[in-house]
Amino acid sequence: MAAAISTKRSIGIQIALMLTIILFAVFPFYWMVTTSLKTQVLALESPPVWVFTPTLSNYVSVLFDDGVFRTLVNSLIVAVSTTILAIALGLPAAYALARIEFRGKKDLWFWFITNRMISPIVLALPFFLIVRQLGMLDNLITLILIYLTFNLPIVIWICTDQFRAIPYELDEAASLEGASHWRIFRSICLPLAMPGVAVSAIFSFIFSWNELMFALVLTRTKAKTAPAMAVSFMEGYNLPYGKIMATSTLIVIPVLIFALIASKQLVRGLTMGAVK
Amino acid sequence: MPAKTSRLTLFGFLAPAVIALAVIGVGPLLYAFYTSLHFFNLTKLKKIRFLGFDNYSSVLTDPVFWEAMGRTFTMLIIALPLQIFIGLGIALILNRPGLGFWRVLTRLSLVLPMATTYAVVGLLGQVMFNLKFGVVNQLIGFIGIGPVNWIGDPTNAFTVIVFWDVWQWTPFVALVLLAGLTTVPGEVEEAAELETKNWWTILRYVQLPFLIPGLVAVLILRTADTLKLFDMVFTLTRGGPGSATELISLMIQRVGFRAFDQGVASAQAIILLIITIILAQIYIKVFYKEV
Repeated sequence: MAAAISTKRSIGIQIALMLTIILFAVFPFYWMVTTSLKTQVLALESPPVWVFTPTLSNYVSVLFDDGVFRTLVNSLIVAVSTTILAIALGLPAAYALARIEFRGKKDLWFWFITNRMISPIVLALPFFLIVRQLGMLDNLITLILIYLTFNLPIVIWICTDQFRAIPYELDEAASLEGASHWRIFRSICLPLAMPGVAVSAIFSFIFSWNELMFALVLTRTKAKTAPAMAVSFMEGYNLPYGKIMATSTLIVIPVLIFALIASKQLVRGLTMGAVK
Repeated sequence: MPAKTSRLTLFGFLAPAVIALAVIGVGPLLYAFYTSLHFFNLTKLKKIRFLGFDNYSSVLTDPVFWEAMGRTFTMLIIALPLQIFIGLGIALILNRPGLGFWRVLTRLSLVLPMATTYAVVGLLGQVMFNLKFGVVNQLIGFIGIGPVNWIGDPTNAFTVIVFWDVWQWTPFVALVLLAGLTTVPGEVEEAAELETKNWWTILRYVQLPFLIPGLVAVLILRTADTLKLFDMVFTLTRGGPGSATELISLMIQRVGFRAFDQGVASAQAIILLIITIILAQIYIKVFYKEV
């Protein structure tokens, strides 16, 4: 009897703890969304109001008057293009790292992975100077290319892993038939590696979509991405908090959806290079 | 081993990625090194001249650089233990059997913070920790703590950026450690539970060995990410008040793009890169010795 009560109580405690965790993780999002639905007057109410009539006016004005819509489109173009490019360039390399023996493989692998450790500011400085010389400041192509510095390693990391998981016997059978590496790569390994490709695409998209520093340094108006746009609301004294939170919500929703889709692999991807 | 591999085939597979990373990754680094050897100010482009290693010696003797470095590591030393401690707690809660629905719900909610755009985290921080209309001051007001000037005060502002780093990355640590806990063989854990009811003993002697790889990964990645941290702090405090939250990446960005001194900023960036590489090597030597 006593045991039953104590189990019941421990289940209660466990649920309470989990509720606390959920609340802690989710509350900032709740606050972001509710603030985005407040008028400027309401958003500046002190102390803050919890119950009010929501309005979509912030969304309408940021999307259509302030040009956030265009920056979202820029973000989308950049994130999708850099992802496609990273996969096209990274997949063959991942295959080679997984399936072909060659000298210097370990060093090459290490070099790919250490790119994740390098602070983006180290690259932002020279990139700015080079791009300025080439007249490519404020250009989407510039962002698409520089984002490869973090997307290529992630694609190579996840896809190498995926190729390694494909049974070797399949390759052997094919090579007995006289198939070349290209053929094995295209017809056997690639179709089987699709889950890994999808996960690395999601990662690449999330990282590119979220990026701020390069966008801040390398774009001005035409090629501005959504995070850089959100930051530009932060100037002056009377900050438009409702608008800032509306923009933030628009930025965050797609990544949260992708993160939930890839939630099982998220940790694996983020520990890239640090676990084997 | 499938078909005999010719050099040409190998080259065909590797070249696209290697050339791309060389052009966009290594090329600019070399250019940064070139810039770092010059007097290179964006407002005085006519006066570019070769300085040798002068920029390096002035950075290495510049207290501002070392203060920013110190701040970055202070942040790591405060935030990381909190993340590991709370993360381990969460992992242990989620590792208990039963309550499937709640566990799934908790896991999914943990995924959200770490995917959130860093810049948005900083903006949220501004809104929630605002002195006058921030919800944090309202909530602590309920338990009788007066309004705190979170962002305007140096110590508090540092606390706030630590808070958001902990908010965003504790879930990551928790999920990494949870993955470690699930590798503990069921029989081993059951046998241990027959021996003792003390969860600490079980954690220390049964589960800990399985957590080590995850902890090493967390240590390496959190170190690298703290050295890289820019977006969240920039949108939250811009490094201020004063230089209270100016971490190393923010300081380099300020010198390079707000003081326009690309020469000095490049020297700082190269030194940061060298420190990062040395740290990575130490970590690898210490933790992957047997490999």
